Amino acid sequence: MTTLLEVKDLTKRFGGLTAVNHFSTQLVEGELCALIGPNGSGKTTIFNVITGIYEPTEGNIIFQGEDISGKRPDQITKKGIARTFQNIRLFKGLNVLENVIVGKHLRLASDPASAILHLPNYLKEESKMRSSGMTLLESLGLDRFAEDEPTSLPYGLQRKLEIARALATEPRLLLLDEPAAGMSPSDAEELMAFIQHILDSFNLTIFLIEHQMRVVMGICPRIIVIDHGEKIAEGNPEQIQNDDRVIEAYLGVVDHA
Amino acid sequence: MKMKRNTILTIIALLVIIVLLFLAEKSLNPYYKRILNLCAIYSIFSVTFNLIFGYTGQFSLGHAGFAAIGAYIAALLTLSPAQKAVNFFLKPIISPLANVEFPFLFALIVGGLLTAVLSMLIAWPALRLRGDYLAIATLGFSEIIRSLMVNMQSLTNGALGLKGIPGYTNLFWSWGCLAVCIFIIKRLVDSSYGRAISAVRDDEVAAEALGVNLFKHKMMAFGVSSFFVGVAGGLMANLISTIDPKVFLFTLTYQIVGVTVMGGMGSLTGSVISASLYTIFLEALRPLESQFTIGSLTVPGIPGMRMVIFSVLLLMVILFSRKGLMGNTEFSWDGLFRLFNRLRSKKGEGSTGGDES
Amino acid sequence: MTFDSFLQNLANGISLGSLYALIAIGYTMVYGILRLINFAHGDLVMLGSYFAFYGVSMFFLPWWAAFIFAIAVTAGVGVVMEKVAYRPLREFPRINLFTAAVAVSFLLENLAIVIFGGRPKAFSRPPFLDKMLNIGSITFVSYTPIIIGVSLVLFVGLILIINHTKAGTAMRALSKDIETTGLMGVNTNKIIMFAFLLGSCLAAVGGILWAIKFPQINPLMGVMPGLKAFVAAVLGGIGNVGGAMIGGLLLGIVEIMLVAFFPSLSGYRDAFSFSILILLLLFRPTGIMGEVQPEKV
Repeated sequence: MTTLLEVKDLTKRFGGLTAVNHFSTQLVEGELCALIGPNGSGKTTIFNVITGIYEPTEGNIIFQGEDISGKRPDQITKKGIARTFQNIRLFKGLNVLENVIVGKHLRLASDPASAILHLPNYLKEESKMRSSGMTLLESLGLDRFAEDEPTSLPYGLQRKLEIARALATEPRLLLLDEPAAGMSPSDAEELMAFIQHILDSFNLTIFLIEHQMRVVMGICPRIIVIDHGEKIAEGNPEQIQNDDRVIEAYLGVVDHA
Repeated sequence: MKMKRNTILTIIALLVIIVLLFLAEKSLNPYYKRILNLCAIYSIFSVTFNLIFGYTGQFSLGHAGFAAIGAYIAALLTLSPAQKAVNFFLKPIISPLANVEFPFLFALIVGGLLTAVLSMLIAWPALRLRGDYLAIATLGFSEIIRSLMVNMQSLTNGALGLKGIPGYTNLFWSWGCLAVCIFIIKRLVDSSYGRAISAVRDDEVAAEALGVNLFKHKMMAFGVSSFFVGVAGGLMANLISTIDPKVFLFTLTYQIVGVTVMGGMGSLTGSVISASLYTIFLEALRPLESQFTIGSLTVPGIPGMRMVIFSVLLLMVILFSRKGLMGNTEFSWDGLFRLFNRLRSKKGEGSTGGDES
Repeated sequence: MTFDSFLQNLANGISLGSLYALIAIGYTMVYGILRLINFAHGDLVMLGSYFAFYGVSMFFLPWWAAFIFAIAVTAGVGVVMEKVAYRPLREFPRINLFTAAVAVSFLLENLAIVIFGGRPKAFSRPPFLDKMLNIGSITFVSYTPIIIGVSLVLFVGLILIINHTKAGTAMRALSKDIETTGLMGVNTNKIIMFAFLLGSCLAAVGGILWAIKFPQINPLMGVMPGLKAFVAAVLGGIGNVGGAMIGGLLLGIVEIMLVAFFPSLSGYRDAFSFSILILLLLFRPTGIMGEVQPEKV
């Protein structure tokens, strides 16, 4: 098993506020790992630092053996990390298929001039982008909405579309920020099956944030718990459930039913 | 089938337009030709603003300044050495420019390129700013450019401006440049690069997370846009033949914004229609501002009245239609046929206007 | 430069800066609440001076009554402008709101050309504002301290209104979060109208004082002061009333001092102001007093 991502002693401060405090972890290739914690515990901040939206105050992010801390988000995506957002951020002015193939743009070799002049090399790339975008939509069951406006889709499908769009960038590592947020328990369960499906069929690693522990118990073999920006526990679902610090941090939030 | 029909229609339409331009250039009086030229120039201004704001979402208010750069460069390159000597009587023009005179095409291209380069130099730091702050910074730059033009006498002849610029601009030049401009911008926004800039417009954070290099794409849109703004500035200089810094006040930018919003953000067709209507409308109302006689009655002109009417109309359009004249739809033959069919089926109830091709 | 002429320039700079500040406050209040760059605000300055001019020359009002008349009518115009042109567009894309401001600005300027005429008019100062004053070895015209004094009183009054009245509190709340404040039972429309009322009054005072300082008025006279005041509002941190005052004063002083110290550069005065603006934006986009708000992801 090879290490894909290594977060080394990461600290992120905003002014006087420490959002993430000396957080370290490793992800190995092909695993599905969850990051959970109460609201405001720093989960999204960790994602934002990994994907380059914020620069780390201290510490490093090593991806496939390369230090990527401080790089721009688009550079990091190009290296193979894609993500979704907690609040859905689809492109309203583009249709469903176009939303997906924006994710293919970073691999485009043709320059703007050949795109404007419709040179053969560009046209070939364009049709390849479209067909692979359609294939992706098909494999996720979204192909019949290809020409629709993204905002016309029901909420659950918008979530899936965001994941499809991230997959279009051909990531090695996929970060999902609360993919089940705002879903009913049954929809959340279906989404988790969907995520498992992606893990199995796309040959990648998934790191996902979840607010409720119960949602991830079923599918994530490894769970990391943070509170107030610090890692308080790490292990398999059973270990996490019985961890005193986790119970303390979560009491009243965890649903033991 | 449909594709083929549309291509044929497009070719026919282009030929008709070329013939019409030819006839207009031959037979119309200079006043009408000037209006038609201005239509094309304002259309370029509006289409380019649409690229930078409607498609890329960058609220840039630098159009007037950029047009000024293009206009001054084209003017200085096409003015004859003798005319330059006449113009620069207060302070002589700097030496290499004094003795040169270039063909119009060269002047337009150099004007466009230098405008693009200068505007990208300005955009380089300014594009870090978002939303209104970018608008403020570019507006500031536009006014700095104008202020430099007032003060750099040996280059621009200061507040006196430049006179006697050769009137090279004709309908072929102006409408030809507009055609090239629309072709390039339309192809660009329909390409993968176009999807990327639309993504930047809709959500910068998400676009960047999908691997779109924000800076590169904004710069690209800025460069293409200001190249054509510079060209349009040059066309304008060689049309009106007298330019001074006051022509390029930031109110020119406001007019362009108003015209573009009126036409519809994200519709190049709307930009052209709106810009042409605006130009024709202002000219048509010109009699209001000059003295006219009805029978034996002499009515004094009312200066300012045209813009009063225009601003009320502009206000009406944005108050009553959220998306302007065209929204974000473009002209297409299919759309035109659909419209015909709808009109027909409305009139004669018998015919069902189904989708025939 | 002697110390005396420095003081003289400083007084001059403060008086110009006070005018910028008076106008800037209207920009900043409206921006703070509606996120609208109300470019028509500069034209209210022009209206203020014209109404005062006509109050004296046409209705033969004593100068103080003419000034009150001008302030009241200008405020009325400001409120109508908000109600007719801006309120219906609040839910529209922001560019529509901005374009409405552009349209209103064109409308006011050209209506002024139609009604008042395009030629500049000479504004006559009340006699007591035309005296030369000597304090020690410094000489200045009596309007300079009056402009500074009036502005100061208005600044203090405004700060009291904003911090110690219900309407002021509501205004501050609106600029933080317009939706939530509306849900808490605040009458949003009324408060926004109040902000326009205050801003327009200050613009009118600014216009009258401007005409006293530069006694030639024309329909486009509001454009440049408006733009400069807007720069001042951004310098101070747009949306922040205290910032607008500081930004205005700073801009006025810097402009006058630049010309005083480097007379050869006087032609570049406007370019210089805008350069300061751009530099500040690049290094501190939220202005001197503005709060830095990290974007939520």
